[in-house]
Amino acid sequence: MKIGIIGLQGAVSEHLEATKRAMQKLGIEGKAIWVGGPMELDGVDGIIIPGGESTTIGKLMQMTGLFERVKRLAKNGTPILGTCAGLIVLAKRGDEQIIRTKQPLLGLMDISAIRNAFGRQRESFETELEISGLGKEPFRGVFIRAPAVSEVWGDAQVLAKFQGKIVAVQQGGLLAVAFHPELTPDTRLHEHFLRMCQR
Amino acid sequence: MQKRTEEKIVAFGTERLKRGFAKMQKGGVIMDVTKPEQAIIAEEAGAVAVMALQAIPADIRAAGGVARMADPAVIEAIMNAVTIPVMAKCRIGHFGEAQVLEALGVDMIDESEVLTPADEEFHVDKSKFKVPFICGSRDLGEALRRINEGAAMIRTKGEAGTGNIVEAMKHIRLTKRQIAELAGLKHDGLEAKVQEYRVSIELVEETAKLQRLPVVWFCAGGIATPADSAMVMQMGVDGVFVGSGIFKSSDPARMARAIVEATRYYDDPQVLLEVSKDLPQTMRGIDIKTLKAEEKLQARGV
Repeated sequence: MKIGIIGLQGAVSEHLEATKRAMQKLGIEGKAIWVGGPMELDGVDGIIIPGGESTTIGKLMQMTGLFERVKRLAKNGTPILGTCAGLIVLAKRGDEQIIRTKQPLLGLMDISAIRNAFGRQRESFETELEISGLGKEPFRGVFIRAPAVSEVWGDAQVLAKFQGKIVAVQQGGLLAVAFHPELTPDTRLHEHFLRMCQR
Repeated sequence: MQKRTEEKIVAFGTERLKRGFAKMQKGGVIMDVTKPEQAIIAEEAGAVAVMALQAIPADIRAAGGVARMADPAVIEAIMNAVTIPVMAKCRIGHFGEAQVLEALGVDMIDESEVLTPADEEFHVDKSKFKVPFICGSRDLGEALRRINEGAAMIRTKGEAGTGNIVEAMKHIRLTKRQIAELAGLKHDGLEAKVQEYRVSIELVEETAKLQRLPVVWFCAGGIATPADSAMVMQMGVDGVFVGSGIFKSSDPARMARAIVEATRYYDDPQVLLEVSKDLPQTMRGIDIKTLKAEEKLQARGV
């Protein structure tokens, strides 16, 4: 198995490590690679769009040609996990902040994203989440200037909510979470994604 | 189905949230701005954050006198103008200014030598704050002392406002050399470093094991061109601050975009070549050798 982490800006190395740990846990032979350009996505079984600044990641994805490549791969069924900024980039719609900054959106998921939904860094928080499909044990949600989802439609399924806001959504092979699973030792979310990539 | 029983926030301002915020900045360019319009140019160019200032370092240097925290109204106007994080500077040791900036809601505080130090003995006790701090350092000892005090991010202390990368390079090389040196040390050697650096053994051991600083490390001070940024990225820093280099150039939007691209493609000379052509006029810059010892900002707060 080969998982490509979009490595333009943000918490890339953390996702590489978390993916490797999840592979080990599941006994999957595979590797996680740092993707800087469209060619490096050849033959990947899954793609991760990490957290960082969504405006920066979106612009760099367009500049590098990764934007179109990722879109095509997703339409052909390659699973994608987007965390934090990655959630925004996966969305079909965004709030007024996202519109005003001309944020490039891949437009793959039937979700509407809100940037900085919980406030600034001062309002960043950790909490215990219950996420459908990850078992009874709560999942430590690390929210850093996090986005949220205001609305889902079509086939998008809500996996977790926090204080009434949607913070995890799955739609077929696409998985978007508002928090940072790569900043905790818990690999269950990455394991869930790798199982999606095995199909 | 989602249960609605326990939707409580567990914690704010944890070490993980502070250091995690810094991790989200990796690979990025943080730009000094003094006005909302500049902040918007920075955001459009792909900056990961802006540093809100009353005056850019080149002008602070020229103006002289006591340089203090920017007017909160100036910072607030910038916060309202952009969606990316906004950082602001307080004087070294000035916990009063830091409290004001935290109350204002800035995303990170830079305890900065660019402003006039407020305390010659102590830095701000950063562990007491919920907001993350970044501090400057010239060597490993300074970096670890600041982390020990609670800094979530470290940057070099290149001579701000000079447009001259030579000092930042010195700090990067020295810090890396000192980290490499830790690798070869047994228990007694590490204990000696604890004494020398005046920090905890855990921090020294962690740095020795990781073979890098345990927090995100940026280059700051003296970056004036895309090639400057590419060079320091190749040296192993996680990202860059650009101060006077952008808004002292004749076409800030272009310079900003060029530096963002160069920072991403730091190891691709073809991209660097493209973005370096016909650049807007860069800041004139200052030869460090012409600065008197008391004019050097980097010696402030060790």
